[in-house]
Amino acid sequence: MKQWIAFWNILTKDMRSYYLKPPNISWGLVFPLAWTAAFFVRSGSGLESVSSILPGVMGVSVLFGTTSMLAVTVTFEKKGRSFERLLLAPISLELLMLAKTAGAILFGTANAFVPVLIASFITDLGGVRWGSLVPVVTLIAVSSTFLGLFIAVSVSEVFEAQTFSNFFRFPMIFLCGLFVPVAALPIWLRPLSYALPLTYGADILHRSISGSGTMPTALNFAALSAFCVLLFAVSLRNIRRYWIL
Amino acid sequence: MEPIINVHSLSKSFGEVQAVRGVTFSVSRGELFGFLGPNGAGKTTTINMLTGLARPDRGSISIAGIDCPRNPKAAQHLMGIVPDESNLYPELTGFQNLSFCGALYGMKKTERVERARELLERFGLTEAADRKFAGYSKGMKRKLTIAAGIIHSPEILFLDEPTSGIDVASARQLRRLIAELNQAGTTIFLTTHYIEEAERLCSRIAFIVSGGIRTIDTVEHLMSGYEDRQIMHFEVSSVDDTLCAELGTEFPRFDCRTDSRNRICIESSETIAVGQIVRFFEDRGIDIYEARKIRPSLEDVFVQVTGIEAGAMHEVQEKSRQR
Ligand SMILES: Nc1ncnc2c1ncn2[C@@H]1O[C@H](COP(=O)(O)OP(=O)(O)O)[C@@H](O)[C@H]1O
Ligand SMILES: [Mg+2]
Repeated sequence: MKQWIAFWNILTKDMRSYYLKPPNISWGLVFPLAWTAAFFVRSGSGLESVSSILPGVMGVSVLFGTTSMLAVTVTFEKKGRSFERLLLAPISLELLMLAKTAGAILFGTANAFVPVLIASFITDLGGVRWGSLVPVVTLIAVSSTFLGLFIAVSVSEVFEAQTFSNFFRFPMIFLCGLFVPVAALPIWLRPLSYALPLTYGADILHRSISGSGTMPTALNFAALSAFCVLLFAVSLRNIRRYWIL
Repeated sequence: MEPIINVHSLSKSFGEVQAVRGVTFSVSRGELFGFLGPNGAGKTTTINMLTGLARPDRGSISIAGIDCPRNPKAAQHLMGIVPDESNLYPELTGFQNLSFCGALYGMKKTERVERARELLERFGLTEAADRKFAGYSKGMKRKLTIAAGIIHSPEILFLDEPTSGIDVASARQLRRLIAELNQAGTTIFLTTHYIEEAERLCSRIAFIVSGGIRTIDTVEHLMSGYEDRQIMHFEVSSVDDTLCAELGTEFPRFDCRTDSRNRICIESSETIAVGQIVRFFEDRGIDIYEARKIRPSLEDVFVQVTGIEAGAMHEVQEKSRQR
């Protein structure tokens, strides 16, 4: 019970201090809009193609709404030494890091539904399988957040965390089958695609929205979950190893 | 009194640097125990190991019977920790900071609010309660950081250089608050490089130098044997090492040393005949501006035990004040 009081207050403090700040919120709204617009202009296609680009826009929204947030909630607080307070509190490291990442997961998930909301006004989303869409968006948010966490605990400066997350997420836009199917990539690039969690998430997104996935959904979910567990475990191990001297 | 902190043969290295070397001590329940030593002596590293922020290479730590290195989380709810830097959240107000810290220790909202108000009042920060921490003065930051450390009424309070780098008035106020806390029953482990602070506050003091404890005792015991020691300070026009050496050969029963400011300190277990010393200086054309008989202080004991000149400690103090 006591640990949950700590959990809740860490989460709400981060929400108030970082996530619910106007620049962050407007970024969360503007970014998906800009991506959607850019793709319409590029492809020159009409409104009927909304469902084919929606998965990509959702994936990008989650990716950008999560990965770099940990640069602030973790790297920045580590540098300012207030993170020591959290490490010294009688709360397990697992629960502490869940509290520090829950904000980004919620924020990323919410971001993903901004383009869905917009799309619902311009096209018919009747064929969407919500039963798999909602869990996969959440799981993509978890894996991207934990990727951000992995980066955030591996560096000591905020700008390094931001640079590294860009180093991952820009290639991921093209490697993970968000807009260009993995099958259309050069064969030597494909192994890289399958080493990235978002590839599995993007496949479920496509299947949930337009029924065009390539891999079995169960396999995708399993792979995505495995990445989440692995990234979280490695991040925790790194905190224990490098931050507790 | 039963010991609440028991530390045995504690060691810790950072690469080549041996920060703490085989430190052994215990702290009784209700005691105000002091770690006194210069910068880099290993005080912070010791606190970090006791509180679970650093892992010892060797040795054991038990706090209230809990094996800390093995199970740090179990002991942390007993501890209040005030780091050497004021590391609260700059974007939160004083009140929000205290309430948040209470929540970290599982305090319920009504309990936190009441306790935060009480502490703000006690530390004279009620006026600043709703202002952001970022805008606080150094002294106010320090006070709030200490208040945050005791929000959950811990049994043991760790204070790492609590008064370092703040103005004299705030430091004095903090020392009073620390003494009050201790009188109310909190066990306190305090580190400092201010000799007077240790002397004034602590019931027992460990002298720590280069990672090792040189001596541990009560202030009275440390001072005993010094009470009848004769100490004289001479302010003179010029001093160098040869002068000290010459003085030593001329008066073999005296301990002579000098600190950076043209001062010669002479210690002896016998009466110091001032006339002879004055003549010694006159023969060498050195003017004496002032000669003073000094009541032995803990500083003299510290110098004697550690071989560290008090001047070196003062330099450290100046530096950290400037920071
Ligand atoms: N994280 C670290 N990495 C390397 N050396 C360190 C680290 N922390 C402390 N040290 C070294 O250990 C010694 C003791 O430091 P510290 O415990 O901070 O001393 P104090 O608190 O008494 O000033 C110093 O020589 C310091 O440089
Ligand atoms: Mg220190």
